[in-house]
Amino acid sequence: MLAVANHSLLIAAAIAFLAPFGFIVLTSLMTTNQALSAHLWPHPFRLRNFIDVFTTAPLWRWTLNTMLYSCLATIGVLVSSVPVAYALARLRWRGRDFAFLVVLIALMLPPQVSVVPLYVMWAKLHLVGTLWPLIIPNWLGDAFSIFLLRQFFLTIPEDYLDAARVDGCGELRILFTVVTRLAKPAIAAVALFSFLYTFNDFFLPLLYVGENSHNWVLSIGLAQFRSLHQVQWNLTMAATLLVMAPVIVLFFLAQRAFVEGVTLTGVKG
Amino acid sequence: MSQQVVAGTAGATAPAVLLRTAARRRADWRRRRLVLLLMSPWILGFSVFFGYPLVMSAYLSFNHYDLLSSPRWVGWANYHYLLRVDPQTWVAVRNTVWIICVAVPLQVLFAFGIAMLLARAKSGAGFFRTVFYLPALAPPVAATLGFVYILNPATGPLNTILGKLGIQGPLWFQSPHWSKPALVGLGLWGIGNTMVIFLAAVLDVPQHLYESAELDGAGPLQRLRWVTLPSVSPVILFAVVLGVIQGLQYFTQAYVAASIASGQASQAGDTLNALGYPEDSTLFYPVLLYQHGFNDFQMGYASSMAMLLLLVSFAVTLVIVLNSRKWVHQAVPR
Repeated sequence: MLAVANHSLLIAAAIAFLAPFGFIVLTSLMTTNQALSAHLWPHPFRLRNFIDVFTTAPLWRWTLNTMLYSCLATIGVLVSSVPVAYALARLRWRGRDFAFLVVLIALMLPPQVSVVPLYVMWAKLHLVGTLWPLIIPNWLGDAFSIFLLRQFFLTIPEDYLDAARVDGCGELRILFTVVTRLAKPAIAAVALFSFLYTFNDFFLPLLYVGENSHNWVLSIGLAQFRSLHQVQWNLTMAATLLVMAPVIVLFFLAQRAFVEGVTLTGVKG
Repeated sequence: MSQQVVAGTAGATAPAVLLRTAARRRADWRRRRLVLLLMSPWILGFSVFFGYPLVMSAYLSFNHYDLLSSPRWVGWANYHYLLRVDPQTWVAVRNTVWIICVAVPLQVLFAFGIAMLLARAKSGAGFFRTVFYLPALAPPVAATLGFVYILNPATGPLNTILGKLGIQGPLWFQSPHWSKPALVGLGLWGIGNTMVIFLAAVLDVPQHLYESAELDGAGPLQRLRWVTLPSVSPVILFAVVLGVIQGLQYFTQAYVAASIASGQASQAGDTLNALGYPEDSTLFYPVLLYQHGFNDFQMGYASSMAMLLLLVSFAVTLVIVLNSRKWVHQAVPR
């Protein structure tokens, strides 16, 4: 009896969670006029919307810019954060605890606090309007990634590292061979999160490339889509769906890394 | 003879000790160099992207600065105007407090409820978990766009369905009373991350605790209150702190919803007047900061807003964490 109630509640909640996706998909298949009416089911189905989207908006350019931002930022986060996390987790040195505290403080600092002087800095370097102000900071360590990787590095048994040391491995080689191999799930999770974060990012792209439509990323382009194509809700929803798609495909390809990563931030943190 | 031996040994050990300390010093130096090398990205990154802007923000907050002419010292004038004169400040503060006080408890409750349902599911738990997690993946701009369409007052699917049930749906993003509840709904849809963390914590509760509670005659509600809740309380704390911090930074959804909804109403798509639409009901503190800093280019004034935000963020987090000692179960470290 209780199990039945439990299951029906789950089904009801699942329908509520899926409904918005359903409405977005249905609208993306409607004609322009139908999307403006109160009808819920497309009649006729207009698959051409997904072709028209690419001709009415520079979707490829936005995608290219997004990939440039996301990929370069993610590589930068990994290259710069792994060594820092290793030094914080596995090496003993004076001031280490303080350095970790600084990471934690940086983690909870609202981005709005530092954004004004940084904007001034990038403006003086004549880089406002380009993607560089978005990419470069990621090459100098990311607090969240450092935190997450450190938590994982702490769980690697010292024996593995000692074995490598006895074999004559230097600390750098241990880091680049033993540790990175053992920490693959955490590194995958950090890469995923960093990719998603930059893919979804709106605030910083709005600041730095908002005025230069040549360098718009998908999030900015999508937000402007409606004002560019006033009444075409069907095309807007098709574009919305296309922006959601890569993330959802990525999720199904890397489901385990996702769930492990999310739990790592919460429970073991 | 014996003296010579002693002297000899002393003479032999002294360089050895020296050698050993020299070797150790070299090892120490090499170690320090390694730490420095590994830490260098963060040292540089922290100085340039946290330390410098923090100091600069504090300095600029006492200046009038419009990016064109050099900063002009004005003392506390920015803070005075911000807290005493500008009527928009308190509108933005009220909106931000509203969204935090309503959305954070609802999100925690909702995520916890779904996690409990999932933990008890006999079958299909994996499928349901995926369904509840998916919306959290939707890029915020895309999710907001979808919601503005679905909650479109005249022809949107939700009001259409409500109309068929004989209910007159509200104006949602077009109404100053319903725009914030609509944003809360959008937030609840994206509850997935919190839900996954709660689920892991609920499944982590040792089974024998439930069994012994049941032997003591505890009913389902009592088991929830005295076994489940204390065990997951650290995770609840985590979710609350994260929710409050995110609430203080709430920007993207508010900005996008306001600009789309106002464009719909005016057909002009003028984003400058759009911030906070309708009637400043979605004017949250970070949105106002953006407006002052990057629409009006009042960098000094925006910096004073940033410093206030910094102060409040730290104070609020500190208060929550300190108070949590009373209600968060201190687990024995594993």
